[in-house]
Amino acid sequence: MAQDEVDLDLKRFREEAPEHPQLEDLTQLSPEDREILLKAGIDPMETERSGSFLQMDHSVVHCRTHFEGVEILSITEARKRYNGLNEYWWKTISADKDVYTRRAELHQEHGYFIRSQPGAQVLYPLQACLYLTEDQIAQDVHNVIIAEESSDLHVITGCATSAQVRSGLHVGVSEFYVKKGAKLTFTMIHNWPEEMAVRPRTGIWVEEGATFISNYICLLPAKDLQMYPTAVLKGRGAVATFNSILLAKERSLMDVGSRVVLQQEGCRAEVISRAVTTGGKIIARGHLIGEVPGVRAHLECRGLILNEKGVIRAIPELEGRAAGVEMSHEAAVGKIAQEEIEYLMARGLTEQEATSLIVRGFLSLEIIGLPKALKEELDKLIEETEKETI
Amino acid sequence: MEDDFLLEVRNLHVEVGGKKVLMGVNLGIRVGETHAFFGPNGSGKTTLLNAIMGFADYNIVKGKVIFCGKDITHLPVNERAKMGIGISFQRPPSIRGVRLRQLVEICAKKNGKLLEEYAQKLNLVEFLEREINVGFSGGEIKRVELLQLILQDPQMVLLDEPESGVDLENIILIGKAINHLLGRKIKPNGEKSYKELHREKMKSALIITHTGHILQYIDADVGHVLLNGNIVCKGNPREILHTIREHGYDECYRCFRKER
Repeated sequence: MAQDEVDLDLKRFREEAPEHPQLEDLTQLSPEDREILLKAGIDPMETERSGSFLQMDHSVVHCRTHFEGVEILSITEARKRYNGLNEYWWKTISADKDVYTRRAELHQEHGYFIRSQPGAQVLYPLQACLYLTEDQIAQDVHNVIIAEESSDLHVITGCATSAQVRSGLHVGVSEFYVKKGAKLTFTMIHNWPEEMAVRPRTGIWVEEGATFISNYICLLPAKDLQMYPTAVLKGRGAVATFNSILLAKERSLMDVGSRVVLQQEGCRAEVISRAVTTGGKIIARGHLIGEVPGVRAHLECRGLILNEKGVIRAIPELEGRAAGVEMSHEAAVGKIAQEEIEYLMARGLTEQEATSLIVRGFLSLEIIGLPKALKEELDKLIEETEKETI
Repeated sequence: MEDDFLLEVRNLHVEVGGKKVLMGVNLGIRVGETHAFFGPNGSGKTTLLNAIMGFADYNIVKGKVIFCGKDITHLPVNERAKMGIGISFQRPPSIRGVRLRQLVEICAKKNGKLLEEYAQKLNLVEFLEREINVGFSGGEIKRVELLQLILQDPQMVLLDEPESGVDLENIILIGKAINHLLGRKIKPNGEKSYKELHREKMKSALIITHTGHILQYIDADVGHVLLNGNIVCKGNPREILHTIREHGYDECYRCFRKER
């Protein structure tokens, strides 16, 4: 898709949204909303979380952390407090990038700001939720995360809508700064209704010796999702890992890629995606750019097509701009191997049970170093979703 | 007496990928009997096992497979497993993202056998949390297959080259595990005669062995030689193995031609 192409009819979305009152505690949400949040990785009880942010439509209704060494604010508040956040505003990504970044600049209503102090080891993840409560609303947010030098921070972002919402537009600009020697793990879970259009735009800068890990999970796919986050490894020995787990149902289109630019010696990158379609179309992209010698990067894409209507296009790109780069990719798209199904059937499982176990394994997060509790929550979610869809 | 067979294969013709592999195999295995199958590569040994198990690529064009007196020729794999047929794969697939524990729990579900205990006996405890067969060595794969079978506890055990790709130390362990699986090496006690125990506890087995090494550790009752999709010889497994070791399969061809 050309960067400037308007591929959605933006006029059908409303720019106005209802105001929502402040929430002292996430447990004050209705049981239905809490259930939905849980499915997007957001725990209303805040068990093993260091803090929470919740934006409903265009209102920031909850923003709190009890952990010293980390702050969580609405981006509006943070810009007021920190001189407009000029050093971090539209730096990793240009406001002119495409029609969606321009729209975000024009229509932006909040977003979150999260920063870990130098050296802070934030034990539990912070959770941020972007929530839509009414049909056909456009939500444009701009988020900034800064992991200061030698800090360790995990942010879980859940994007979801309340049960009655059928359609909407979510545009999320996110800028992440991982300073020298720091580690940022960013886990994003999308839980969208069928008619939703989603356009995240993410830029990440990773400094010397720092690590960025992205886990992206989309099991309840939108009608139309398109994203291509780009990490620039700007310092020696910087590392980026992107893990994506995608499940596309009939009538949904997911165009998801990850790009890493390796600019200094000793940088490493790994992009891994698992895509399953039960009838939808998935475009799994990956783009590795090695600009200097002495960098290593690998791209892996596996796709399972479980239904005749399903389409998976794997588009891996390797771009070496210097001798002495070491980059590789592997991609495999197909159906489940009959041999694997029969192996499990020989142990007594029916064909359907065997298929289901293999798909769950394929989508599982074994590859990802998530905290145990979160991993268990997600495994449960995968199991439920897989049962519903397949 | 035909009714006595636990597993019976009648005039079995099997095609794989449109190619005729088995051409009229007849076989009967009684309760408690272990049958060893010898034969050169490509003679049809694995095809026989896989056709008995009912895998889709093994097209039975003629003949029958009968288990416990029931015609199972067209039953799905999992039904056969439930009836009591278990198989150890020669080269099982790896399944990413599924932990071995999940699979062995499925195997152990029915009889509640002690998973941990057997995993320990087979030196597999640390493998339980790993992805199924991903990066396992030859010996580890065979032990994992046996762990599954012991937990499944099938009446009829199909073993496809349990010793291939396995070092000596592992062969001994695998031999012990197979004996345990088959209920062999049990001792008679005051209440029951050896023969009674034998019938009660012993499983039937069909073992494919290319090298015959495994027969140093388990006693087979009957030996068969498979050549070009036909059983050409049935007899004492040790004698057959001795002949093959001394004279090669050429002798089996010669002997078969003469007898015909």
